[in-house]
Amino acid sequence: MTLELHNVTKRVGANLHIKETSLVLEPGHFNVLLGATGSGKTSLIKLMAGLDPLASGTIKMDGQDVTRLSTQKRNISLVHQFFINYPHMTVYENIASPLKVAGMAKSEIQGRVEEAADILQLRPMLHRRPHELSGGQQQRCALARAIAKESKAVFLDEPLANLDYKLREELRDQLPDLFAGRGAVVVYATSEPEEALLLGGKTALMQDGRVTQFGPTAEIYRNPENVDAASVFSDPPINTARIEKRGDAAHLGDVSWTLSGVAASLADGPYTIAIRPHHVLPLPSDTANVRMPGEVQVTELSGSESSAHFEMGQGSWVSLSPGVHPYQVGETHEFYMDPTACFVFAPDGFRVA
Amino acid sequence: MKTENQKAWFFVLPVLLLVAFNALIPMMTVVNYSVQETFGDNVFFWQGLDWFEQILRSERFHASLGRQFMFTFLILIIEVPLGIAIALSMPRSGFWVPVCLVLMALPMLIPWNVVGAMWNIFALPDIGLLGYFLNHVLGIHYDMTQDPIAAWVTIITMDVWHWTSLVVLLSYAGLVSIPDAYYQAAKIDGASNWSVFRFIQLPKMKTVLTIAILLRFMDSFNIYTEPFVLTGGGPGNSTTLLSIDLVKIALGQFDLGPAAAMSLIYFAITLLVSWLFYTLMTKDDLN
Repeated sequence: MTLELHNVTKRVGANLHIKETSLVLEPGHFNVLLGATGSGKTSLIKLMAGLDPLASGTIKMDGQDVTRLSTQKRNISLVHQFFINYPHMTVYENIASPLKVAGMAKSEIQGRVEEAADILQLRPMLHRRPHELSGGQQQRCALARAIAKESKAVFLDEPLANLDYKLREELRDQLPDLFAGRGAVVVYATSEPEEALLLGGKTALMQDGRVTQFGPTAEIYRNPENVDAASVFSDPPINTARIEKRGDAAHLGDVSWTLSGVAASLADGPYTIAIRPHHVLPLPSDTANVRMPGEVQVTELSGSESSAHFEMGQGSWVSLSPGVHPYQVGETHEFYMDPTACFVFAPDGFRVA
Repeated sequence: MKTENQKAWFFVLPVLLLVAFNALIPMMTVVNYSVQETFGDNVFFWQGLDWFEQILRSERFHASLGRQFMFTFLILIIEVPLGIAIALSMPRSGFWVPVCLVLMALPMLIPWNVVGAMWNIFALPDIGLLGYFLNHVLGIHYDMTQDPIAAWVTIITMDVWHWTSLVVLLSYAGLVSIPDAYYQAAKIDGASNWSVFRFIQLPKMKTVLTIAILLRFMDSFNIYTEPFVLTGGGPGNSTTLLSIDLVKIALGQFDLGPAAAMSLIYFAITLLVSWLFYTLMTKDDLN
C-alpha cells in the first residue's frame, strides 16, 4: 500500500491553502508532516482523507485513483488532536463502531476490539463511557478505533498535543510499535521538531501550504535544502545572518572567519548562513572558535541546558549549551560559533554549502 | 465578632410575596372552591371530595380528557419529527441562516387569538382562501363548522403551523453545537447518513429535544385560545378540549365547585405526565 499525491492543491475562495504538492508515502515507517500552526498540515490530511475536495491534482492509494472516491469508501482512520469518541457509546462500542458499520460478524468484531484494547491497555475500561476516562485514555480509545479498523491509511493529526507532558512521552514511545507491521501508511502531523526526530521515519517539512522538503527525518535535519527547511526543523529557532564572502573569508559585521570546504570555493558575494543554537557556545573549543561578543538579552534554563539570547551587530542570536551557565542579563558575553556547522544559502534561499 | 441574626430572611421576602400573590393565593382559592358549594353572597357549604368524585366519574370529563390526549398526541407526533427534519435541512452557515431563523420564528410571534381568528377566516368554506381552494378548486368537501374531521384537521394544522418552529429552533441549536470533527469521524468510519443521525445528531439533540417536547406537551395540553377562537369547541363537542370544557363549566354554568375540582385534576395530570416524561428521558444521564 502506498499513498501518492500528484500536484495536489486546495483552494478556499481566492486563496490556495495547499500549493502544488506531490508526495509518495509508504508504509513501514512514520510519515511526519512537520510545520508550524497554519502551515497546512491539517489541510493536507483532510485532502488525503477526502474530507475536503481538491482544486486540482490526483490522489492514488495502491496505484488506484481515489481522487473522487468518498471518504466513507476509502478505508482510512483519523485521530484528532481533540479526543473524538462517540460520547453516548461505551469504549467497546466506540472501537467497534467502524467494524459494525462495515457489517462484520459479531465474533470477529469482538476479537479485533479486544486485541486493540489489549495493545492500548483499555481492557478494564471497555464498558465505560468516554467522559469517564482520562484524557490519555480517551485518546487511546480513539487510537484503538484506528487500529481495530485495520485501515490502509492512518492519519494522526497532532494526536498528543492535548495531553500532558508525561502521557505525551509515554504514548509517543508506544506509537511506532502500535502501527509497526500493519502495512498501513501512517501520516503524523506535528508542530514540534523534536517529535519528528523521536518518531523517525520520513518527514515532510511544511510551510505556507507547501512541502519544502521530504525525506528521511535524520537526513533532513542534517542537510536542509533551503533556509525554510533549516528554520522549521529547529527548536529553539535556528540563527540566520547575512554574510559577505570575499576571497576565502566570510564577513559578518566585525566578525570574520576563514571558510573551508565547499563554502571556500563559492563565488564572492552575499550569502545567508544558518546555524543551530547548539553550535553557538559560551566557551571556545577546537571547532567552536569564531568569537562573537554580544549583549545578553534573555536567558532560559531547562534542566540540563542553558540558553541565552544575545544581540550582536544588527542580529539577535540564540546559544544553547549543556550544563548551567551563569549569564547576567545586560552583560556582554563572548560566544563561540562553529563555522563548519554553518549551512550556507544563496540569496534565493537554496543551500549551496 | 460574629453577630447572629435572622435579617437575611428580609431578602427573601419580596420573592415570597410575589409567589404568594401570583401562585399560592390563587391556587389555595381554587382548592377552597373545590371542597365547598356556594350559592353566592359568600355563603359556603362544606362538600368534602364530592366534586372530585363527580368529575372523575363524569363521562363528559372522560370525553374531553380523551380529546385532549388525542390532540396533544397528534401534534407531538407531527411536530417533533417535522421539526427535526426541518432543522436538519436548514443551512449551518452563510447568508441563509438568519433568513431561515427569522422565517421560523415568525409564526411564534403572532398572538394566540390572532392565530385562531386568522385560521378561522382562512378556513371559511366560501370566502376563506383555504376553504375556497379545497371546495371549489380541488372539489373536496370541506366545512369545519359542520364536519368534525375537518375541524380536527384544521386545529391540528393550525397548531403545527404555529408551533413546529419551536421544535425547529431548539433542534437547530442542538445541531449547530456539534463540532465538525464528529461528522468527520463518522465519515471516516464509513457511517451512512442514517447512522450519523442516529448516533451523532440525535444523541446531541436529546437534551434540547426533551425540553422541546416538554414545552410542547404542556402548552398543547393547556391550549385554550386558538381552538376556542377557531371552532369554539364544535361542531357539537367534537373539538371541546379540556380547557374549553373547564371554562364552559366555570363561566358558562357557573359551577365553581366542580370547575375548581376539575382544575386541580387537570393540573395534577399535566404535572404527572411532565414529571414522568422528564424522569424517563434523563434517567440515562444520571447513572
